[in-house]
Amino acid sequence: MWRHVVRTLTKMVVTLFVIVTLVFFATRMSGNSIDYIIGESVTQEDRELLTRYYGLDASIWTQYLKFLGSFLDGQFGLSFLERRPVSDIVAERVWPSLQLLLSGIGLTLLVSIPFGIAAAIYRKSWIGSAIMTFAFAGYALPNFVLAILMVLVFAFTLNWLPLVGNGTPWHFIMPTIALSGALIAALTRFTRNAMLDVLSQDYMRTARAKGLPERTVILKHGFRNASITILSVLGLQVAGLAAAGSVVIESIFSWPGIGDLLVSSAIQRDYPVLQFAVLAVALAVVVINAVVDIAYAYADPRIRLGGA
Amino acid sequence: MSDLLSVKNLHVAFGSNEAVSDLSFDVPARRTLALVGESGSGKSATALSILRLIEREGGTITGGSIMLNDGDGTVDITALDEQGLQRLRGNRISMVFQEPMTSLNPVLTIGDQMSEVFIRHRNMTKREAYDASRQALDSVRIPEAARRVEQYPHELSGGLRQRVMIAMALACRPKLLIADEPSTALDVTTQAEILDLLRDLQAEIGMAVLFITHDMGVVAEIADRVVVLRHGRKVEDANVETLFAAPKAAYSRQLMAATPKLGSGSPAAPPPRGNILEVSGMTTRFKMRGRMFSGHGATVDAVKNVSLVLGKGETLGLVGESGCGKSTLARSVLRLIEPASGTIALDGNDVTNLGREGLRGLRRHAQMVFQDPYASLNPRLAVHELVTEPARIHNLVSSCDQRELAAELVRSVGLEEDVIDRFAHQFSGGQRQRLCIARAMSVKPKLIVADEPVSALDVSIARQVTDLMLELQQREQVSFLFISHDIAVVERVSQRIAVMYAGEIVETGPAQSILNDPRHPYTRQLLASVPRPDPARRRRLGHANPAAPSAPVPRAGTVLFEAAPGHFVREDAA
Repeated sequence: MWRHVVRTLTKMVVTLFVIVTLVFFATRMSGNSIDYIIGESVTQEDRELLTRYYGLDASIWTQYLKFLGSFLDGQFGLSFLERRPVSDIVAERVWPSLQLLLSGIGLTLLVSIPFGIAAAIYRKSWIGSAIMTFAFAGYALPNFVLAILMVLVFAFTLNWLPLVGNGTPWHFIMPTIALSGALIAALTRFTRNAMLDVLSQDYMRTARAKGLPERTVILKHGFRNASITILSVLGLQVAGLAAAGSVVIESIFSWPGIGDLLVSSAIQRDYPVLQFAVLAVALAVVVINAVVDIAYAYADPRIRLGGA
Repeated sequence: MSDLLSVKNLHVAFGSNEAVSDLSFDVPARRTLALVGESGSGKSATALSILRLIEREGGTITGGSIMLNDGDGTVDITALDEQGLQRLRGNRISMVFQEPMTSLNPVLTIGDQMSEVFIRHRNMTKREAYDASRQALDSVRIPEAARRVEQYPHELSGGLRQRVMIAMALACRPKLLIADEPSTALDVTTQAEILDLLRDLQAEIGMAVLFITHDMGVVAEIADRVVVLRHGRKVEDANVETLFAAPKAAYSRQLMAATPKLGSGSPAAPPPRGNILEVSGMTTRFKMRGRMFSGHGATVDAVKNVSLVLGKGETLGLVGESGCGKSTLARSVLRLIEPASGTIALDGNDVTNLGREGLRGLRRHAQMVFQDPYASLNPRLAVHELVTEPARIHNLVSSCDQRELAAELVRSVGLEEDVIDRFAHQFSGGQRQRLCIARAMSVKPKLIVADEPVSALDVSIARQVTDLMLELQQREQVSFLFISHDIAVVERVSQRIAVMYAGEIVETGPAQSILNDPRHPYTRQLLASVPRPDPARRRRLGHANPAAPSAPVPRAGTVLFEAAPGHFVREDAA
């Protein structure tokens, strides 16, 4: 078990280092931030002054080392635009993002697991087909289309729900649904498949031969086994949700989170903020994966106890 | 009426396909009825119908009645609702299944799974149920019951898991136990223990047993009465003595003739013409799972210092229980797995250190046939491509002669020529194994290594395949290294036998010398465990303690000595 944890953590650190390095070189290739900050109307001398001021005159390798060095003081450098420590800027964005992510995951589990199980049990009746039809439709609908549709209907036409920001619980409804829609669809389908695999296993027959009620057979013997496979997919999917989904959804709803920050800093070529925002998202993805990995090992005694 | 269970005119169908037709039989109280048949005979469908689990497998009971009369009143099981069935299952009627490896839930502890039964049918509290589970494990003679309830199924051996299944089934002391091939997936020594245990517990609890099997040897060991099934119909229903003494139905006779019997003789030894295979001091080592921070991983020797020779045109039968290293040995001989040390010579040429090109040459002369004929044929190739593939790889056939070669090969294994355009899924298990043999023969090899080639087949089909191998040997002078856990099958095809135990060969010699004069304790135990298809000579061993190693684990470094001409035994046997 501990061996597993240590291995997972080591993988995490290596992954993060690779991501940070890639992001650094990718941003340096994406154009000159001085042009963006000061526009065209400045003299050549001022331009060089600013380039020196931001440390952009040094060779790329020096910049890279400086960038890695900026991790050490815990501030991760200063924002080009705001001249504040990057760590402060990102820190105030973390909690709103996390809130949205957690409510998205919560909604996903709450909806897709019961419906997935039902779709497996009633696979031959209209209930199963209905669930799967909705799941396919949801899977085919991109999250930004779903978001814009909801905005049109519930914010503009009916005026039921607030559009911008994260002030009240009402603000959570549309972003959460938009964020988790595709995941709900995917996870319902996946739960169904995992349950179908499990339903045909020999130990399910054994459980019924013991005279256990169907509820116990399905939930205790069936779902517990299916949850191992579901967990492994959930890890990957939630990671995608944290990275890609939140960028789009936070921008649409002006949600003051990391995703929104990522987009604005990229547009403004604020390298230090951009780099750290990407790092924060990457960290979230990697941490979620690690947690799922460890939970996975815990859920399956064959891994936990180091057996076959 | 003293019959505990009466099945009358039962019909079971899967869709439009009738699996059981008009089947009637009675199970008397406290007796054992064996339902015998080959795959597709409807024996498992019948068993599942009695617990009404058949609906879950996609079948329906389309007619007939199943009456249970166990003193608590008479019920027609076919008319029970779900609630009534749940009260019946695991309580008045229990079932033990074939695969102990997959029949237990992998994510729940043994205690969790057993205590469920007590909580459900005996209204016990969790604590009481755990205590009862511990006692139940004791009663099936599982050592260290207190520790076992905390364990998960994967921590137990196959034999122990089947004991757990039995303990679970007998938890509520049912009046009827349905045992669906409970010992088929087990080694023969473990099978003997499980059969003994079932017999003891049957007497102790006073229950009836419906025993489902394909193995006539097991029937003779355990049954009082026998119902023989074929294609879902009853072909014979008789007392076990009557059936074995004078089987009435032609199919019963055929089934009995196909059942391999120990002591029915081996093929004659071919004239000595030198050795095709000489293996000396071979060890094959596996790394255990790697550990990141704890230095190098541990290793395990699956095959330890094994030496063997195989003469030209001869068959050497290699027997041993699962996990003894016989498959690893087979693969190491062909260098499909790299041995760690030792030498291998094929037809006098040392092949131990051959490179990639050299290995191709080796495989031109040595082919392999695997256990599972379903998994070892590519489903996307037509037969004429399948069976000629080795010949094509070695450029022994041009593409225009391919079909002719294929036709010749399928004819030589007893199939019609016109099958060469079909695909693997269009064949039965026995026919597929014939195709595997045809494929091996396509390069006219000098040696074929056959790893459990008939274990997945019904007895009558297995008999045909072993007959085919004997015939090929006569005609083509090919040598076989024949691996099996079934010593009776090995006797039928082998001139010489090697017994493998815990990675080593403990005894080797002429087949009849080994069978009639076994020297090593493990060989003796193996022979004593084989069920005899003769109810008058029931084996009674009383293996009480499965924890004690059944034979001494061989000490390292001991050598074989010659006990009789050509008959070698490990020193520790004496």
